[in-house]
Amino acid sequence: MLGFLSFIPRAVGQGIPLLYGCTGEIITEKSGNLNLGIPGVMYVGAISGVIGSFFYENSVKGGAMNGFLAIMIPMLCSLLGSFLMGMLYCFLTVTLRANQNVTGLAMTTFGVGFGNFFGGSLIKLSNLDVPTIALSKTSAYFSATLPFAGKMGWFGQIFLSYGFLAYLGVISALVVAFILKKTRVGLHLRAVGESPTTADAAGINVTKYKYVSTVAGCMIAGLGGLYYVMDYASGIWSNDAFGDRGWLAIALVIFTIWKADIGIFASVLFGGLYILYLYIPTGMEHMELKELYKMIPYVVTLVVLIITSMRNRREDQPPASLGLNYFREDR
Amino acid sequence: MENGNAAVSMRNITKTFGQGVIANKDVNLDIRKGEILSLLGENGSGKTTLMNMLSGIYYPDSGEIFIDSKPVSIRSPKDAYDLGIGMVHQHFKLVDVLSAVQNIVLGLPGKLDLKGAREKIKEICDKYGFDVDPDKKIYNMSVSEKQTVEIVKVLYRGADILILDEPTAVLTPQETQKLFDVMRNMKKDGKALVIITHKLNEVQEISDKVAVLRQGEYIGTLITKDTNPQEMTDMMVGHKVELNIERPTPLEAPKRRIKVEGLNVINEEGIQKLKDVSFEIYSGEIFGIAGISGCGQKELLEAIAGLQKVESGSIKYIDDDGTEKELIGMDPLKIKELGVALSFVPEDRLGMGLVGNMDISDNMMLRSFRDGHGVFTDRKTPHKKAEGIVNVLHVDTPGIETPVRRLSGGNVQKVLVGREISQKPKVLMTAYVVRGLDINSSYTIYELINMEKVNGTAVIFVGEDLDVLLQISDKVMVLCDGQVNGILDGRKATKSEVGLRMTSLTKEDAD
Repeated sequence: MLGFLSFIPRAVGQGIPLLYGCTGEIITEKSGNLNLGIPGVMYVGAISGVIGSFFYENSVKGGAMNGFLAIMIPMLCSLLGSFLMGMLYCFLTVTLRANQNVTGLAMTTFGVGFGNFFGGSLIKLSNLDVPTIALSKTSAYFSATLPFAGKMGWFGQIFLSYGFLAYLGVISALVVAFILKKTRVGLHLRAVGESPTTADAAGINVTKYKYVSTVAGCMIAGLGGLYYVMDYASGIWSNDAFGDRGWLAIALVIFTIWKADIGIFASVLFGGLYILYLYIPTGMEHMELKELYKMIPYVVTLVVLIITSMRNRREDQPPASLGLNYFREDR
Repeated sequence: MENGNAAVSMRNITKTFGQGVIANKDVNLDIRKGEILSLLGENGSGKTTLMNMLSGIYYPDSGEIFIDSKPVSIRSPKDAYDLGIGMVHQHFKLVDVLSAVQNIVLGLPGKLDLKGAREKIKEICDKYGFDVDPDKKIYNMSVSEKQTVEIVKVLYRGADILILDEPTAVLTPQETQKLFDVMRNMKKDGKALVIITHKLNEVQEISDKVAVLRQGEYIGTLITKDTNPQEMTDMMVGHKVELNIERPTPLEAPKRRIKVEGLNVINEEGIQKLKDVSFEIYSGEIFGIAGISGCGQKELLEAIAGLQKVESGSIKYIDDDGTEKELIGMDPLKIKELGVALSFVPEDRLGMGLVGNMDISDNMMLRSFRDGHGVFTDRKTPHKKAEGIVNVLHVDTPGIETPVRRLSGGNVQKVLVGREISQKPKVLMTAYVVRGLDINSSYTIYELINMEKVNGTAVIFVGEDLDVLLQISDKVMVLCDGQVNGILDGRKATKSEVGLRMTSLTKEDAD
C-alpha cells in the first residue's frame, strides 16, 4: 500500500506533461494539421520558462520573490515561446503549404536544439559544478499544494499533492473535450479537419481555424514542458532530461482516439508505465532487468498502435484530411 | 439589356484560369423565379465554373452580377448564402463522420441548437416532400440520401436560388423521378432553379428554359417545349452530330470467348451478390448488362477480372484455337495478359484507375510499365498513346504533362476510358463509361466501342441509360438481385420489358 501510495503521485507527475502534449496535439490534429513538432514545442515551452525565471531569480539576488511574478513570468515566457513555434508551423504549412511531416520533424529537431543550446548557455552563466540549472525558488511556487493537502492522508496524497499546473492540465483537457463535443466552434473545427472543402463551402474560415487551433495546441503543449521543469523536476533543467515524452504524447493522441477527456486517464496510465521499472523488484544482482523494464511504455505504445489501427468504426478514424494542406482553387 | 424580373442576372462574365485557360467569356445569363433553367454544354464548356462564380467559389475576372436588379459582389460562399444562393455541388460537400443535422447547421453562426435544427429540417422536408433522417451519419447514406441532405442544407439557409450541378449523374431512374418531384415543388414555391446536366431527356422533362454554353461562351437560351434534342445538341456542339448509334457487323464470324457457369459470389458482408449466373459471350459482340445499381454488375465484372473472390462456379476463357482456360483462381495480372481488360468507371473517377498527381502519359504507363527493357521503362510509347487519346477524344487539357487531377471530371474520364480501349483487348469490360460525359464525347466513345467490336473484341457493356444500352448491344442480359433474369436480343427487346425485368424476377426464370 505504501508503494502504491507513492506510485500514484509519481505516475500523475509523469503523466501531466503527456496530458498537455496530448491535449494540444488533439486540437491541432482536429484541424487537419499533423504537428510532429510537438516534442520540439514542449522543449521550447520548457526552456522559455526557464529563461524567464532564471533572469527573474537573478534579478532579485536572494531577496524575497514576488509569488505572482515568480509564476507569471515563466508562464508567459513559456506561452510566448510555444506561441511563436505554433505560428512558425502554421506559416509554413497553412500559408506556404509546406509538407506537414517535414515541417513538424524539422521543428522538433529545432526545438530540442534550441532548448539544449540555451540550456547550455544558462548553465555556463550560472557557474555551477553540475551541468544543471536549479531554479528551486521558482519551483517552490509552482509545486505549492493546498495547505491542508498534507493532513488528508491517502486522499490528499493521491488527489491533492500536485502544483496548480497539474490541475490546469486536467481542466484544459476537459474544456477541449467539451468544446469539441458540444459547441459550434468544435463542430466547425472537426469539419475543417475532416473536409476543408466542405467547411469552406459552408462559409467557415479554414485558414483561421487551422491557425488558431494549431497555435493554441502548441501553447497547451508548451505548458507541459514548463510543468515538467518547474514542478516535476523541481526546477532543475539539464539538457535532454525531458527525453522523448513529446513523442509519447503524439502516440497518446491515437490511443485516445482523438478524445481529450480519455487523454486524462491515458496520460496517467502512460506516466505510470514510464516509471514502472522503479517499482518492479529485481534485486541487486539483476540490475540489467531494470533496463528492459524501461522499455515498457514503448512496447505498450507499439501494441496500442497495432490494436488501434485495427479499429474499423468510422468515428474512431483520424480526421480525414489529417496531414493534407488546403488550397481552395486546387481540384 | 432586358432584365425583366430576373432573380439573377449575369452580365459579360469572364473568368480565366492560370496560363490563359478561358473558362467563361462574356457570358450573359438570366435566372428567374418560379422557373427551372437547364444549363447545357459539353464537358469543359464552363457551366460549373459559371455557377461557381454565383456560389462564391470563384470570383469573376470581369463582368457584373445582379441579384433582384441590384449589383452584388460575391466573394465567398458565405456571401452567396447571404444573398439566398445555394449550390449543390457534383461532388458533395459533406463531412462523412458527422450526422445529417450537424452537416446542415455547419458554418452557421450562433449557439449550437441541434434540437431546433431537427425541427426546422422536418418542416422543410414536409414542405417539399423530402425524407431525411437527421441523425443518420453521412457515411451510412446512399448517394441519393446524401444529395437530399445537400439540398436540405441549402434550403435550411433560406436559399431562393438553387443550383444543382449534375444532380442526376449518380441517381437511379427512380431516384431521379423523386428529385424531379421535389424540384417541381420548389418551383411552385417560387424558387429559382438551375440544373446542370448532360441528359437531354431530363432537360426536356424538367426544365422550362435551356441555356447553352459552348467553350465558355454563351450561345443562347431556348424555350424547352419549343425545341428538340437535335437542335440542342447542334447548339451545344456547334456542328451537326449524328444521334444514332450504329450496330455494325463484325469482320469475322463470332467465336465463343467467355463462358460463365453457375457463378455464385458472396461479398465481404456475407450478402449473396450473384446467384447461379450463367451466360456466354462471343467475339465481335456487345453484351449489354442491365440492372439497377448494386444488383451484382460490379461483382460480375470483377469476378471475371479476377478481383473478386468467387464462392462457386466457373468462368472460362476460350482462345482462338478453342482451348479453354479457367479464370477463377488465376492471378489478375495473368488474366490481363490473356487480353481481358476491365474499364470500370467508378463514382469517384480518380479513385480507381488513375493517379491524380501524375500526368496523362504517366497514367498510360500504369498499364505498360512492365514492358520496358531491363530496369528502364519505355516512356515513348505511352507518350504517343497519350497524345493519341488527347486528339481522338478531344481531351481539353493544357498539355499531356498536366496532372490528371487538374482536368475537369469529363476529361479525366476520357483519359481513363481511352487508355483501356487503347490496350486492344480481347475482352473489354466497360461499366458506366459515359457517366458524366457530354453527348459528343459519349458518342465518340460509343463509336470506339463499336470499332473494337468490329475488330472482333468481345465487349461487356454495363450502362445506366437503357436507350443506349438497347441501341448498342447485340444481347442484353438483365440482372435482378444477382440473378440472371433473361438474356434478350438487343434488336428486339423493348425498354419497358428490360425495365420490368430489372425490378422483378419473371416467373419462368425464377423457377
